[in-house]
Amino acid sequence: MKLKMLLATTVAGVMAAGSVLAGTLDDVRARGKLNCIINTGLAGFAAPDDKGKWQGFDVDFCKAVAAAVLGDAEKVSYTTATGKTRFTKLAAGEGEILSRNTTWTFSRDVDLAQTFIGVNYYDGQGFMVPKKLGVKSAKELDGASVCIQTGTTTELNLAEFFAGNGMKYNPVPIETNAEAQELYKAGRCDVYTTDASGLYATKMSFDNPDAHMVLPEIVSKEPLGPVVRHGDDQWADIVSWVLRAMMAGEEKGITSKNVKKLAGQDNKDKEINRLLGKDPLQGLSKLGLSPDWAVNVISQVGNYAESFERNLYPLTIVRGMNALYRDGGLHYIPPIK
Amino acid sequence: MIKQTTSSFLASTNQIWRNEKSREIVIQVIVLIALGWLLTWLVGNVSGNFERLGKDLSYEFLGIPAGYDINQYLIPYNNRDTHLRAAIVGLLNTGLVAICGIIIATIFGLFLGVLRLSKNWLASKIAYWYVEFTRNVPILLHILLWHGIIINTLPHPRKAIDIGEMAFLTNRGFYLPKPITEAGIELIYLFTTIGIIFSILFYKYANKLQENTGKQLPVFWVNVSVLIILPIIAFFASGMPVSLSIPELKGFNFRGGVQLSPELIALTFALAIYTAAFIAEIVRAGILAIDKGQREAAESIGLKSNKVMKLIILPQARRVIIPPLTSQYLNLTKNSSLAIAIGYMDLVATLGGISLNQTGREMETMVLVLLIYLSISLSISSLMNWYNHKVKLVDR
Repeated sequence: MKLKMLLATTVAGVMAAGSVLAGTLDDVRARGKLNCIINTGLAGFAAPDDKGKWQGFDVDFCKAVAAAVLGDAEKVSYTTATGKTRFTKLAAGEGEILSRNTTWTFSRDVDLAQTFIGVNYYDGQGFMVPKKLGVKSAKELDGASVCIQTGTTTELNLAEFFAGNGMKYNPVPIETNAEAQELYKAGRCDVYTTDASGLYATKMSFDNPDAHMVLPEIVSKEPLGPVVRHGDDQWADIVSWVLRAMMAGEEKGITSKNVKKLAGQDNKDKEINRLLGKDPLQGLSKLGLSPDWAVNVISQVGNYAESFERNLYPLTIVRGMNALYRDGGLHYIPPIK
Repeated sequence: MIKQTTSSFLASTNQIWRNEKSREIVIQVIVLIALGWLLTWLVGNVSGNFERLGKDLSYEFLGIPAGYDINQYLIPYNNRDTHLRAAIVGLLNTGLVAICGIIIATIFGLFLGVLRLSKNWLASKIAYWYVEFTRNVPILLHILLWHGIIINTLPHPRKAIDIGEMAFLTNRGFYLPKPITEAGIELIYLFTTIGIIFSILFYKYANKLQENTGKQLPVFWVNVSVLIILPIIAFFASGMPVSLSIPELKGFNFRGGVQLSPELIALTFALAIYTAAFIAEIVRAGILAIDKGQREAAESIGLKSNKVMKLIILPQARRVIIPPLTSQYLNLTKNSSLAIAIGYMDLVATLGGISLNQTGREMETMVLVLLIYLSISLSISSLMNWYNHKVKLVDR
């Protein structure tokens, strides 16, 4: 009898464990918190502030999803991951979203059974050198020692760039950004390479940022974006439309300051009405979101431009490719109809 | 009727339970079944979860180009080679650190262990403090400390510490001259081989002579001179067919010569001095385990103290030392996987690191890494067991 009970509970337990995938939204609601996987520390994207609270561009996105789903941007618990552990952690269910400067590539999308829900930052791999080295172009780096953060697409780009230009180099693979910085500062390497956004973030954290420069060459395409597990389309849709809602906010001039006012009035632009829940948005109930989802996102976190300015302007990063299409950038979102 | 069967059944189970032998068998069978069930469940759970995530187990990735570079390779490698070859390069790097580490740790540990028992107060105290300090600090800290010391205290290549314009010490590693062989090198190989054969024969002859007559020959000095002088004669006779590639500062770094990276040096050194502390204690225990009558007997027949140690004490202590020493060798080899902390490209950093990351095959790579470490450890164990068997006391 007891054995039967034990068997039954074990089987039930295994079956329950088997149903992790479906109903991610229900899991999050039941828990009352969103689990979000972020960087171990990269200024501007995910780094603790002086009160120990996580801040940054990627952290903002976690907050935005929590605001849309739970109505409160603070209901997020963060898990950090290195470049190496991030996919394992996502696959193992340690978080519902991986919001950690992750490059969208074919094999990650297809082979690792993950869903990239969009691009929130267009990046490219660059090189940083001390100014006193006297190097003006990445093509002058023949024979250099190069510090690389492992577990990224960076290693492959680096190998291809150097081989393509007939140059040799000495790779020094490092596990996290913080350790890589230490080695670069100690002079173990001549060059530090990672995504250009990461280089600017690293440079700003130095005592004397002016002594270093980011070389003009960008040697790869690095579309960075949030990732979710394969298999729950409802959840993937929610996450991707939260990102689009932030961009739509910028496009339509909806900011954290005026969103409440715009939501309370009938706007000439009906798209604003639909986004902010004034007019019905067909299919919203299928996503399981309440009509004020986008209001919560924009009022608590801000639109895309606000998040960008708050987190990335201090690093001297400009909008560039990350401007909206109408301002000469690449962000172009589908209409909200 | 039913009652009777039940009671006789109970009686017979009671009998089985009371009999010590059958009870043991029953318990073992139960434990075996439970273990088997647990194992099946674990495997089933993993494969079930994989299926659910839409993943399959496949080792095809080993055949595709790795795409990344490795800074230290003992066999030719470039980024167009396969993940399998990258894994082998990593494995050889692990092997290099393990073997160098084991050799240095053994010599150093033996020396410390003997020093610890020295009658010289200062020598024994120094060894004592060394052992206590070293083995009570985690190995990871040793590795980080030595790596930090090298990259933070040694100069940049442009201000390298230069030793006789041949070797250079920098924070990018130690650059040493590399011998390059040219035509005519065969003569040197030939003479060296002759030298080795001669030394072995001479050693055997001297042993026999001593057994028969008690006369001692200076075996050590003769053999060392032969092993040095013969190749030197050959070197000059064949017109000096060896040249040195001396490292030169070109651009950012030194080129030519042999480079020992700071990671290799720090890791080998840290593993060696850490393990040496444990080996020292094992050696000390082994020596103390030998009855002091043995030492007194040896001294009473007039052997000098270094001979007592070499001929009487250590050969007997060896039997006590070898089993725990094996376990230290295993520890050192397994600890070498901490290489990842400082970016030394060993097996864990290549196959279990970048390959894992590029292909996303966590389960496959981790299983492979696990099996490789298991086979390395089992090989070391069986080698040491064989040696232990050879030296153990034979009952007559």
